[in-house]
Amino acid sequence: MRRILAILLENEPGSLSRIVGLFSQRAFNIESLTVAPTEDESLSRITIATSGDDCVLEQIVKQVNKLIDVIKITDLTERSHVERELLLIKLLAMNDKTRTEVKRIADIFRGNIVDIGKQVYTVQVTGDAEKLDAFISAVSNETEVIESVRSGCVGIARGEKALRV
Amino acid sequence: MTKELYTGAEMVVKALSALKVKYIFGYPGGSVLDIYDAIFNQDDVEHILVRHEQAATHMADGYTRATGEVGVVLATSGPGATNCVTGIATAYMDSIPMVVLAGQVATSLIGDDAFQETDIVGCSRPIVKHSFNCRKLEDIPNIIAKAFYIANSGRPGPVVVELPKDMLIPQNKGEFHIDTDVQLRSYNPTVKGHPKQIKKAVQTIANAERLVVYTGGGIVLSDASEQLTTLVERLNAPITNTLMGLGGISGVHPNFLGMLGMHGSLEANKAMANADVILALGARFDDRVTNNVQKFCPNATIIHVDVDPTSISKTINAHIPVVGLVDKVMAQLMEEMDATGYERNEAALTNWWQQIEEWRSVNSFSYQAPAEDDKIKPQQVVEAMYEITKGEAYVCSDVGQHQMFAAQYYPFAKPRQWINSGGLGTMGFGLPAAMGAKLAFPDSHVICITGDGSVQMNIQELSTCLQYNLPVVIVSLNNRSLGMVRQWQDMIYGGRHSSSYMESLPDFVKLAESYGHVGIQINHLSELDEKLNEAFAIRNRLVFVDVLVDEKEHVYPMQVRHGAVDDMWIKKGEKA
Repeated sequence: MRRILAILLENEPGSLSRIVGLFSQRAFNIESLTVAPTEDESLSRITIATSGDDCVLEQIVKQVNKLIDVIKITDLTERSHVERELLLIKLLAMNDKTRTEVKRIADIFRGNIVDIGKQVYTVQVTGDAEKLDAFISAVSNETEVIESVRSGCVGIARGEKALRV
Repeated sequence: MTKELYTGAEMVVKALSALKVKYIFGYPGGSVLDIYDAIFNQDDVEHILVRHEQAATHMADGYTRATGEVGVVLATSGPGATNCVTGIATAYMDSIPMVVLAGQVATSLIGDDAFQETDIVGCSRPIVKHSFNCRKLEDIPNIIAKAFYIANSGRPGPVVVELPKDMLIPQNKGEFHIDTDVQLRSYNPTVKGHPKQIKKAVQTIANAERLVVYTGGGIVLSDASEQLTTLVERLNAPITNTLMGLGGISGVHPNFLGMLGMHGSLEANKAMANADVILALGARFDDRVTNNVQKFCPNATIIHVDVDPTSISKTINAHIPVVGLVDKVMAQLMEEMDATGYERNEAALTNWWQQIEEWRSVNSFSYQAPAEDDKIKPQQVVEAMYEITKGEAYVCSDVGQHQMFAAQYYPFAKPRQWINSGGLGTMGFGLPAAMGAKLAFPDSHVICITGDGSVQMNIQELSTCLQYNLPVVIVSLNNRSLGMVRQWQDMIYGGRHSSSYMESLPDFVKLAESYGHVGIQINHLSELDEKLNEAFAIRNRLVFVDVLVDEKEHVYPMQVRHGAVDDMWIKKGEKA
């Protein structure tokens, strides 16, 4: 089962490597990982998408919590949450027909064309992983995908619940 | 008045002194020479010069296991630091508090593949509780204080502190400030068990008909042996210890069933397999205990008390998890028993003990005593050592058959008396660990029980023993082979002894003598007692006793591979 974990930790050199090292050392899977400082610059927030049954997840949460730098970890999948991922995708757009199609599909997915070259469009789409997959699939039927990059998901709980110190 | 300024190197030593460190174990080298210079100029902290940094870590570890004080290691960058890795991993696996101060090249050179540069924080990341890089010399004292606090609280473990050369040099100075009362917002280990879980645990214990108390190294680490004994006596429960927990309750206590697990006693493993409630205290269900986890204690309700939440339900699902320090939780359990008017189920206990006595009568720690002219059995040597030292010695072991024989045949009366590398199984641990224990307790008998394989992994430390006058008694059960490897090859690999023979062994007597010590060889059964007595009578010099034992002897009992906890070979070709 896919899980989204949110981790709040000290913004110290080496903190991220400890998390990543822990996952590889204990053979836990990382599907995606995003990290950035928070509004409090002494803190970083990591979102990790992983998978595993309840026992595996329990171990992941406990092991991550055990790291000295980690302040809190929460499993967002447990409750209602907002999940987003950013996709930037470069598509071959040789002729009017393709350009129109790409624009049309981007609009349907509420994506934006953020850069245009002589023969390529770069499109930005945000959403959950499924939506981005669907976009790539739809657009691939119309033209060639030249390059794509995805941010990995970030997530936040809905409502009053907050992950903070 | 101008404030006094100190170099980073001076701050390191002042911090150690403020933390009441008596000894540091290490080896000098380019990047830490400033620290060595600072050590030279003071008398608070004594440095012990080993011959290999791995030995420094094991020596600090042995000192810690014997005393409970945090062991401190100092190594230079690169090869010095990487030589510590095995010792750090050893401490990590057995939850031993240790602080390793590792030199590093100057910050301007980091990442340049500079002379004697390795990323020691990276190298050691999977085997430390935490690590620090020092990037400002004023931070050094507080980083060291934090390192000590982290190493010695919660589930203890090793902490690495990386000290770049430019933080230490005389050109840079700063004010010294240390805050020994450490608070960390991201690290607050749970101390007391949750009251609801304590209630549940006591209820479960009260309803048990076949309770077993299963304890591990946590009892030793938290010096909770008296409490444990009280609890066990109050419950009149059978108790078994892991290899790491030996001495947690007296080895001759009537409720003690002996060690459990791979080479545990039949009664301990049988009791575990047939228990309806297991009270696990500071033990982590290691695979050397559980054997096949699928077949482990199928009918038992498991109460698992551990300070480390990750140890709970990692391999064996705990029905009642209790996170907390084992001594605090035991006190809570007793309070709850008082409050709820706990009474023993005597009828069930009588049945249970009757059953256990039946298993006990098999006497699974027995061996075929040799005829007069036969080769010496290794078990006899351990028994003789027990007699001579009246069971009061610190016994430090290496890893292999001799380790198991020592665990089986030397009943430890007290915690911290048995010092061995349980989790990592590090050969070469025994001698330096014994040196650490001897340094702490110079008037006590400190034995290093070893084998011809293990002892050669850090034998250079005989030199350190001479320099610091550490008269340990080394007893080598010399079977001219890697005994445990050979045993597995006999039992599992059809007797194909691939690379398990030690050919061209040194003359250990001459070797000991060349290092300035006393060497004694015991060849025949008839001279065993006399020569061992002679060896133990020498108190002011190190004695290396090379005992030629029967190379064919196996360690029994032994769990059948992939079987249940009580599937055991009792002796050659005979299952329980």
